[in-house]
Amino acid sequence: MANLKTSEKKTKAQSMGLHSEVLTGKTQQKFFNPDEAENFYYFGTYDVDFNKRTEIDVKNMECREANKKIDELMKDGYGTIVIKNPQGKHSLGVGILNKLNLIFEGSLGYFGCGSMDGPIVRINGRVGWSCAENMMAGKVVIEKNAGSCFGAAIRGGDLICKGSVGARTGIDQKGGTIIVGGDAGAFTGFMMQRGRIIILGDVGINLGDSMYDGTIFVGGKIGSFGSDAVETELTDSDQDWLKRKLKVAEIGENFDVSKMTKVVAGKKLWNYDALEPTEKKGAI
Amino acid sequence: MCGIAGLIHRGNTSNVGFELQGMLQALKHRGEDSTGYALYGKTDGQNFIMRFKVGENVGEGSTSVMEDVSVYDERKKIVDGYLSDLGAKIIKEERILPYSLRYEIEYNKDLMEFSQKIESVPGVEILSMGKSLEVIKDLGNAEAVCKRYNLDKLVGTHAIGHARMATESGVDIKSAHPFWGYPFSDVSVVHNGQLTNYWNNRRVLENKGMRFMSECDSELIAVYLAEKMRNGATLEEGMKESLAGLDGVFTYFVATKDSLGMAKDTMAAKPLVLYESDDLVAMGSEEIAIRSVLPQEIETYDPFDGEVKVWQI
Repeated sequence: MANLKTSEKKTKAQSMGLHSEVLTGKTQQKFFNPDEAENFYYFGTYDVDFNKRTEIDVKNMECREANKKIDELMKDGYGTIVIKNPQGKHSLGVGILNKLNLIFEGSLGYFGCGSMDGPIVRINGRVGWSCAENMMAGKVVIEKNAGSCFGAAIRGGDLICKGSVGARTGIDQKGGTIIVGGDAGAFTGFMMQRGRIIILGDVGINLGDSMYDGTIFVGGKIGSFGSDAVETELTDSDQDWLKRKLKVAEIGENFDVSKMTKVVAGKKLWNYDALEPTEKKGAI
Repeated sequence: MCGIAGLIHRGNTSNVGFELQGMLQALKHRGEDSTGYALYGKTDGQNFIMRFKVGENVGEGSTSVMEDVSVYDERKKIVDGYLSDLGAKIIKEERILPYSLRYEIEYNKDLMEFSQKIESVPGVEILSMGKSLEVIKDLGNAEAVCKRYNLDKLVGTHAIGHARMATESGVDIKSAHPFWGYPFSDVSVVHNGQLTNYWNNRRVLENKGMRFMSECDSELIAVYLAEKMRNGATLEEGMKESLAGLDGVFTYFVATKDSLGMAKDTMAAKPLVLYESDDLVAMGSEEIAIRSVLPQEIETYDPFDGEVKVWQI
């Protein structure tokens, strides 16, 4: 995104004696140079072996204790960790910035698997509100239902719920894919900005309300469209992508994607097409 | 924020006081300014149980004004006199705390007239009136209130409760949930959320003769439903009408002598997790509330926006 104007400003500012300080700390801007790769360190990451497997019972642990335990196990090189008895506890499995196979034998409460970047998570139960909020990359598969704000503000990765989800699924979504095998509540895709949502069942009222961009695919009935959300043509490439995605996600493999409804933002928003030309809006 | 919890045993009884205590204590992080229980006990159904207060808890954190205990005694004496005037016979009397009493009463006339007379005594409020309902509410978290009132032994069919973080009104018993559905016997309500057309509705309902004891917006739900039922609506009909009649964000539970219901606003802005089986329904603001009574792996779900459900015992 660098342009001439910005460069000029920078040069002028520097010639005036500004920005002479030496930047330090986490906020310092760095540009990646492969020759210096060994100097780059992603805080909180470890080399793990997926074949090295262990189990922990978190029944009598507070969430901080359990998360710290997961971190310690990764530090010891465990690449597959099974969590027993999560029993609806909040904020389990958050902030993991590592490749990891994480399996929850039970249900999670609020904010499960939030702010993570990389792990593959399987939850053999249900999740509460705001599952995988702010996820950067990775994959989360939930075997049962999920609460509201499912995948709020995710930037990337795949978030899959085999059951039904609550209201405001994909609120403020900025990338990635959310796939729901069952129904979804009201305000699905509320204020979404990027990425894709696939709902195989029905959705509630105000679908895609105030969405900036992104795409929503719905297999069932739609309660109502929200402001700025419009239906558009489902293309062949959409259908190919949906088939591939559902197959990889191991959900609705035999689902007839040709009957799905495609929903996009009806208004052209400033600079959005320029930022991501692949997200074409066919119904402007 | 506030947390709500409820459960109903269908075709069975259980130690609902203990169970609800566990559920509400699991939600204590959602608020522990006050905690309230509406317990539906196993009774012979002959006499009314009246839970009432003659003063406020003025302990730590309370917004109430300190009063001398002698004032409570004086109020109790006036209430006893009014009961006699109304033709009500006190079968059993318990003074659990200086300001909190439980009477078993033989009475068979109009409850509205009864309540108006008793509550005409300044500082006196009927917390509940019913043949199986007992509303117990006080400052502190679920464990503290349960211990103070010895609730963990109470056997019954169903119960609803509330862990409160005071936002719209004071830290006192009168603003605590559950609210009794005055003047109906055995009706109680708990609510999580915020009602934005409280004053408009309150003015209309007061003009129709309904009574408000606090300035807590949640009390409106109890009064709103009571007024609907007074005009012949069923509980479920009243609850469905409330989705349009009440503005704001809410999830609320309402219980009667033989049923338990839930309603969720059309924005689905307030949380609720529900477990349903043939013999038990348990629900709460968070799954951990349900896990306190059902630690094993179970099927739970979030009801959708605008959903109303009612279960019978």
